[in-house]
Amino acid sequence: MSIDIDTARRVAHLARIRVEEERLPHLAEQLSSVLDFMEQLNEVDVDGIEPMTSVTPMALPRRKDGVTDGGIQDKVLANAPDAREGFFAVPKVVE
Amino acid sequence: MTELTYTAPKPKVIPGATGDWEIVIGMEVHAQVKSEAKLFSGASTKFGAEPNSNVSLVDAAMPGMLPVINEYCVEQAVRTGLGLKAEINLYSRFDRKNYFYPDLPQGYQISQLYHPIVGEGEVLVDMEPGVARRVRIERIHLEQDAGKSVHDMDPTMSFVDLNRTGVALMEIVSRPDIRGPEEAAEYVRKLRQILRYLGTCDGNMQEGSMRADVNVSVCRPGDYERYQESQDFSHLGTRCEIKNMNSMRFIQAAIEYEARRQIAILEDGGSIDQETRLYDAAKNETRSMRSKEEAHDYRYFPDPDLLPLEIDQAWVDEIGAGLPELPDEKRARFVLDFGMTEYDASVLTAEVASADFFEKVAAGRDGKMAANWVINELFGRLNKEDIALSDSPVSAEQLGGIIDLIGQKVISGKIAKDLFEIVWTEGGDPAKIVEERGMKQVTDTGAIEAAVDEIIAGNPAQVEKAKGNPKLAGWFVGQVMKATGGKANPQAVQDIVRSKLGLE
Amino acid sequence: MDLSTLTIAEARDALRKGELTSVDLTDAYLTAAEASDALNAYTTKTPEQARDMAAAADARIKAGDAPAMCGIPIGVKDLYAVEGVATQAASNILAGFKPQYESTVTGNLWSSGAVMLGKLNMDEFAMGSSNITSAYGPAISPWRRAGDETPITPGGSSGGSAAAVAADLCLGATASDTGGSIRQPAAFTGTVGIKPTYGRCSRWGMVAFASSLDQAGPVTKTVRDAAIMLGAMAGYDPKDSTSANLPVPDFEAALTGDIRGKTIGIPREYRVEGMSETLDTLWREGAEMLRDAGATIVDISLPHTKYALPTYYIIAPAEASSNLSRYDGVKYGHRATLAQGDGITDMYEKTRAEGFGEEVQRRVMLGAYVLSAGFYDAYYVRAQKVRTLIKRDFELAFGDGVDAILAPATPSAAWGLGEMQTDDPVQMYLEDVFTVPLNLAGLPGVSVPAGLNRQGLPLGLQLIGRPWEEGDLLNIAGALETAVGFTAKPERWW
Repeated sequence: MSIDIDTARRVAHLARIRVEEERLPHLAEQLSSVLDFMEQLNEVDVDGIEPMTSVTPMALPRRKDGVTDGGIQDKVLANAPDAREGFFAVPKVVE
Repeated sequence: MTELTYTAPKPKVIPGATGDWEIVIGMEVHAQVKSEAKLFSGASTKFGAEPNSNVSLVDAAMPGMLPVINEYCVEQAVRTGLGLKAEINLYSRFDRKNYFYPDLPQGYQISQLYHPIVGEGEVLVDMEPGVARRVRIERIHLEQDAGKSVHDMDPTMSFVDLNRTGVALMEIVSRPDIRGPEEAAEYVRKLRQILRYLGTCDGNMQEGSMRADVNVSVCRPGDYERYQESQDFSHLGTRCEIKNMNSMRFIQAAIEYEARRQIAILEDGGSIDQETRLYDAAKNETRSMRSKEEAHDYRYFPDPDLLPLEIDQAWVDEIGAGLPELPDEKRARFVLDFGMTEYDASVLTAEVASADFFEKVAAGRDGKMAANWVINELFGRLNKEDIALSDSPVSAEQLGGIIDLIGQKVISGKIAKDLFEIVWTEGGDPAKIVEERGMKQVTDTGAIEAAVDEIIAGNPAQVEKAKGNPKLAGWFVGQVMKATGGKANPQAVQDIVRSKLGLE
Repeated sequence: MDLSTLTIAEARDALRKGELTSVDLTDAYLTAAEASDALNAYTTKTPEQARDMAAAADARIKAGDAPAMCGIPIGVKDLYAVEGVATQAASNILAGFKPQYESTVTGNLWSSGAVMLGKLNMDEFAMGSSNITSAYGPAISPWRRAGDETPITPGGSSGGSAAAVAADLCLGATASDTGGSIRQPAAFTGTVGIKPTYGRCSRWGMVAFASSLDQAGPVTKTVRDAAIMLGAMAGYDPKDSTSANLPVPDFEAALTGDIRGKTIGIPREYRVEGMSETLDTLWREGAEMLRDAGATIVDISLPHTKYALPTYYIIAPAEASSNLSRYDGVKYGHRATLAQGDGITDMYEKTRAEGFGEEVQRRVMLGAYVLSAGFYDAYYVRAQKVRTLIKRDFELAFGDGVDAILAPATPSAAWGLGEMQTDDPVQMYLEDVFTVPLNLAGLPGVSVPAGLNRQGLPLGLQLIGRPWEEGDLLNIAGALETAVGFTAKPERWW
């Protein structure tokens, strides 16, 4: 099994998804099975092959500098679970 | 191009209980790109707006929103690279740096880890005339700024403002070439100066336009040289990163504190944990950042919403051709062309605006005198009254006019100072003021002779003394100047006094 | 006139001739949609908007300003942001989210006069192939096995789109395809689905799953309808950096029916173990039909085909894990109720645990893992290299003169709800074996009904085209469609 319980716990935290302790073995097992499936890629000879960065051969389009957006505080905050005084409110962050 | 020659400064040495220590510093300076709109959205970059008003739906990371790059930000990064004599990478790419933080709405920052737009360059950090440190730049990459979390508006909540989210930053990464707190501060000062010359960053540190992360470690004398030979960083000791410094003074103080903290631990037989620290200016100490305690795993990967950024050499050349004269060249030219000291040249070239002002004043005039008047009279006064050069009541033309009057011997240096005062407070054309207020120097020897005769006649005792002690002739000169309201040509007065006293 | 059996092309012609009004047409479909709750295809119905849009469309038609989709009632996959209308990507994490903006693709459709009936069900964040991961519960296919009332999946992730089109609950539907999410449901429901070339449709305003793979496309009843609707959806969008700045050709005009001289490749690697005999037969027959229509059939090899699935299941979750980081309970959607003393990390972890379903959680964590320190090169970079090879396989085939590639769309017909072993993700992922290679290569692909299996469920064949040659691809698909003559419709039971 490529993923043990500690790794599963670490990955869950990395993804900021709470996974109860008793669910970890199952998660580890599932992730392992997918990763085992991926092992077949090791058969492929990729020497000298460039990793793909864009599937279409195009140049990155660039826009001109200029203010064309913003000034929509109402829209920005419209769906906020907790907005106060023009801000998004979240539980206190300790730096 | 002319270049001045420099020697490297001595590294700062801190004597410890177990021997001497040296400091090694590398910096990551985040400089906000001067642009109207953000790096990947059309929202304004203006500072100080209502919370969440300079925010587009892209900045707020609404579902399905996509980034489109601002070409001018790319141009600014290229310009900065050229200004730091750096290699420009025609192929660069944007990567996502993934982490969760409330002021990071996407859950990732778009940055350039694997292929930055600018490669190796350098900055010459001046310590004193003739002494400067060459600090190598490792890379410059473009990235998005985060938003701002306000922690003191509510006891249990933090408030998030995304106005700054997505503003373009250049992260300028140095090699560990900085060897002391003063050098670190000077490095930032010099970088700021160059960026302001280039017009790529306004350098406003209070508003956060420039922030530095400072990596500090300590080592023993000789270790640094061993690192230089082997490129093996382990000689340099374990470093700590002090985050988000926005003042040269604090940078200096924080490094000083941090170095001593590390030395104390090492001398106690302990070891340094590589960690991120915050500087507390009120307590003048650094402390470990709790939120950064857990090891970060940023899971960088190329941003699939963007394609590689490929730019033309021709475009780079065009930007290069439009580059302004930079501080080092300007200073060298001032020294050579105007015969001023390197110190004066440094003062005058600190800002483009002051250098331009000086050049306007010096045009067709005596450079040394112009430098003297600009630095001592004008800058001195502006500093004293806390007025910006751009708001100076005396323009370059006016100051030039005053200098012309001195040069043409229309007024004396002393009168010139009075004239400067009048122009400062009342304004006006210096030549006209001199004319209208009768401030012209008296060169009519007849009038001067009469004044001298009068003083001699009224002070027989002094005359006797002066004959025995020629140095006392100065007293007569002073009296004559007083009597003529300072307008007499001092050289003429001098000559006549000496001749009448028979001192020749 | 039986409005329920109309195609987009027929409705358009009738509207233009004045034989029909969009208001009447729309009412008929609203009624059908209203009575369709057993299929769970619609997640939100927007009858008022629909009637307003229909009236406006009628006015445009009257004024002689009637673009192709004018007055045509359609459904919109819940993945597309529609201003002021609940848009959740079938996820609880977007509970209550009403976008303040309109996706480019739906915006394009509204400009061309299309009428929105409502939002359509899908797998959560488009992750799944049976529509069972939806927060709204699964969409159900109108199709059933002969003599069997077991609910059948319409496929996924665009299950709602396919079910709605197959059940005549709309004339066409927007869908999206990251690894087969248009073509597989189309194949499962006897409908036509095209995924265009990556970059043909804007992704702006479409909730992202995997950015380098996601493409919008339509599910329709016929190839002609697909041509019409894709034409209205597609187009360059300066707001999407990966959108291609190319003119959109008249896809419908490309449907000449003449495929003489075309070369169709049959990829030997798509003949996988365990493929049903019926499917194998339909595939062979499909090739023969194209040959009969004047095309040349050649065997080709796409040697890296077997690596497409593992490649896809590294790249897609990696991108998804990052794309879905924005769902954090701060700016919109669900935020977990916090306990005393809970901090920001608790908020993130609880919110995302409550808001994301199991499959989404699994992929997000998988993606985080393959990108994490020490594994990035071994998984992600390697997968991107293999992706280069997969794309190269296609380029070589096209370089040898192949115009399109014919392959099955899915390894089997649709399955009954609960029949798929969902606890084994790999087993589920294997269903995507024929569809993911195109997404990895950015190529257009269209699924066309090929017939029914022995139990009476539809099967589809897939045609894969050259980049930007959707017109040519649709023309070949049209020839196949004509030759197959698929007319079966599900019997109404809902």
